[in-house]
Amino acid sequence: MSQPSTSHRPNIIIIGATSAMAEQCARIWVSRQACNLLLIGRNTEALSSIKADLQVRSPESVIDVQMSAMEYAEEIQALTEQALTDRQPDTVLIAHGTLPDQQQCQDDIKQAEQAVRINGLSPVLLAEAFIKQMLENNKGTLAVIGSVAGDRGRKSNYVYGAAKGLVTRYLEGLQHRLAGSHVSVVIIKPGPTDTPMTAHLKAAGQKMATSQAVAADIVSAIDHKKPVCYTPGKWALIMLVIRNLPRFIFNKMDI
Amino acid sequence: MSQLQSWGRLSQAEHHTVALSSQSLGKQIMSTSPGICYGMGRSYGDSCLNPGGTAWLTRNLDRLISLDTKTATLHCESGALLEDIQRLLLPRGWLLPVTPGTQKITVGGAIANDVHGKNHHVFGTFGENVTALTLQRTDGETLICSPDGENPDWFQATVGGLGLTGVITSAVLKLRPVTGPWLTAETIPYQSLSDFFTLSRTSESDWEHTVSWFDCLSGNQPRGIFLRANHNQQPFKPEPDKKRQLSFPVVPPVSLVNRLTLKPFNTAYYWLNKRKAGISTVHYEPFSYPLDAISNWNRMYGPKGFYQYQCVIPPAVSQDAVGELLSILRKYRQGSFLAVLKTFSDRKPAGLLSFPKSGTTLALDFPNRGQKTTALLDAMDSVVSRANGRLYPAKDARMSAAMFQQGYPELARFQAYRDPGITSAFSARTIDC
Ligand SMILES: Cc1cc2nc3c(=O)[nH]c(=O)nc-3n(C[C@H](O)[C@H](O)[C@H](O)COP(=O)(O)OP(=O)(O)OC[C@H]3O[C@@H](n4cnc5c(N)ncnc54)[C@H](O)[C@@H]3O)c2cc1C
Ligand SMILES: NC(=O)c1ccc[n+]([C@@H]2O[C@H](COP(=O)([O-])OP(=O)(O)OC[C@H]3O[C@@H](n4cnc5c(N)ncnc54)[C@H](OP(=O)(O)O)[C@@H]3O)[C@@H](O)[C@H]2O)c1
Repeated sequence: MSQPSTSHRPNIIIIGATSAMAEQCARIWVSRQACNLLLIGRNTEALSSIKADLQVRSPESVIDVQMSAMEYAEEIQALTEQALTDRQPDTVLIAHGTLPDQQQCQDDIKQAEQAVRINGLSPVLLAEAFIKQMLENNKGTLAVIGSVAGDRGRKSNYVYGAAKGLVTRYLEGLQHRLAGSHVSVVIIKPGPTDTPMTAHLKAAGQKMATSQAVAADIVSAIDHKKPVCYTPGKWALIMLVIRNLPRFIFNKMDI
Repeated sequence: MSQLQSWGRLSQAEHHTVALSSQSLGKQIMSTSPGICYGMGRSYGDSCLNPGGTAWLTRNLDRLISLDTKTATLHCESGALLEDIQRLLLPRGWLLPVTPGTQKITVGGAIANDVHGKNHHVFGTFGENVTALTLQRTDGETLICSPDGENPDWFQATVGGLGLTGVITSAVLKLRPVTGPWLTAETIPYQSLSDFFTLSRTSESDWEHTVSWFDCLSGNQPRGIFLRANHNQQPFKPEPDKKRQLSFPVVPPVSLVNRLTLKPFNTAYYWLNKRKAGISTVHYEPFSYPLDAISNWNRMYGPKGFYQYQCVIPPAVSQDAVGELLSILRKYRQGSFLAVLKTFSDRKPAGLLSFPKSGTTLALDFPNRGQKTTALLDAMDSVVSRANGRLYPAKDARMSAAMFQQGYPELARFQAYRDPGITSAFSARTIDC
């Protein structure tokens, strides 16, 4: 039997803990050493089955779950207060999101509003709320899952892309503000990944990274406090090209 | 639609794939049936395929539910990999009692084929070590089944039931205590079939694992290598660095296994292993799952894929029938890269359609050379059926309905437990034709 580590147990908070990427991150974290883990989400059944799984993987870890809504400022305020009672996080991962149907967002602006809210407003307000406390503790790393879609608006998904772009700009600002402090901010930009969110794309035959591989990159980016992490790594290069394509070429592309 | 293949790579058909998730599984399968579960696709033939139809991908159902060290059982979802379970539990002193020649398979796949390992005479099949399972039917019903509690008849139908009775969502697995990963193994070269049978008979009382590889090109008294092993008491030590995983990088344009390469390979394999004759200490992974070290080794058979042929022959006629099968190989001038012989002991099968039964099992691989290969396999079928043997559906892509129905006399009883919302290429070919 391996002895429980006597060194400091990492305190980790995951928001959107039922996301496939976040679940894989949690598995990596508990497989390395016992952790104090707080899983936050809106679906109790899923949260408790993830908790049970992690507990089998790491009986020494202390795992709590918190059921919270996270769409509006008041909800986010309440979520943060509850999460930070008696807890000074070393790592906060904000992972939730949805992939809206672009056409439906164009046809019905209420859907566009909801997509921007959950993918853009909600994570940035959460980031703001958590950073406040983390700065007071003067420690911790905050990582938020954005997307390569946030790097340049495209006709096929610009509502989602705009929300993810908001996340990127916001975190850049936070990084600027926190320079010199002991608090770090990590922006994660995954490419297409095989998770429930993209099940319809997978069924259509699109090639995708595994959530395990992406999670390994996320965990490593957090370990190294990497300001921006494209995952899989090749997306850094692809997006460099896409961002810099002249408009007259870009506009001819069907992407 | 996306393309799915099984391990033999004989077909590459489009499937409507649905990745099952624990939270919505019931609804998912109800709204997309008829379909069939696809785990790791480590079956060689078509039992996990449903060309043009729905395939339910179970790999994401991989949460562990609870570990009970008092009863030595693990409750987990059906898409969990045997490899992940064993690597997680070994440092805590547990392994699975029964695993097949690869551990890169799902719990659901292991139950649906009631897989066997090298220790059938000690622990039986995978299904004999399941104490309960949850079955989700496509009409929305959920059944908890166990061998001696609730719904034992459903349990018997589902173990070895080829995925046709419902979707297995979770299972409670027995664990066995071990002190560490180490086995004491003995390698014994042999020179004839009768030597093999003697070695098997005399090894079973003292050795947990027994298996044998032989050179099927070495005449009617084939030479071979007999392996036997027991877990020993050396303790677990974390390994400093992981062994490197090799991978077969591309599909060569033609099979690398052919008449030119077979003979030298088999000869080299025999001599290399003969040099290892004697007793040694080995880690359970390379001993039990030697091929897992090379990802995608099945690609070496080229774009046309390959057939595996695995039969079991009752004890009274084992030696004669195996001899006859080998002479057919010579007549058709085909050999196998990997020829495996092993004996099964006499146990009550866990499932109505479980493959293992008392006797000798022979497994052979053949590159797909079209009609030449199927003619050979048909000729082998007639020997197996005359000997009252049967073929293993997990390895099969071509047996006739008659061959299946004759080999599995409990099929008629099994039919009552079928889920009408489930169909596979295998069931369409051998049962529902
Ligand atoms: C190198 C190698 C060595 C092998 N050695 C052995 C051996 O020694 N002994 C042995 O017995 N087998 C052996 N096999 C065969 C293998 O163990 C079986 O084919 C096993 O069933 C594969 O599991 P899978 O997860 O890949 O399932 P798949 O091949 O994807 O599916 C197998 C069957 O299980 C069904 N199924 C899968 N998941 C579920 C579920 N959740 N609910 C209901 N049905 C389900 C499928 O519909 C299908 O009928 C070997 C295979 C390989 C590649
Ligand atoms: N998959 C990709 O290809 C891809 C690519 C780039 C970026 N991303 C981003 O990666 C992150 C993780 O997603 P994933 O791929 O792992 O997908 P996923 O498994 O489908 O997870 C989505 C998560 O978002 C939560 N969620 C959705 N709407 C919510 C709402 N209104 N309120 C609260 N929670 C909500 C879900 O909670 P429930 O379980 O309760 O539904 C779930 O935890 C997301 O931010 C996503 O945008 C994904």
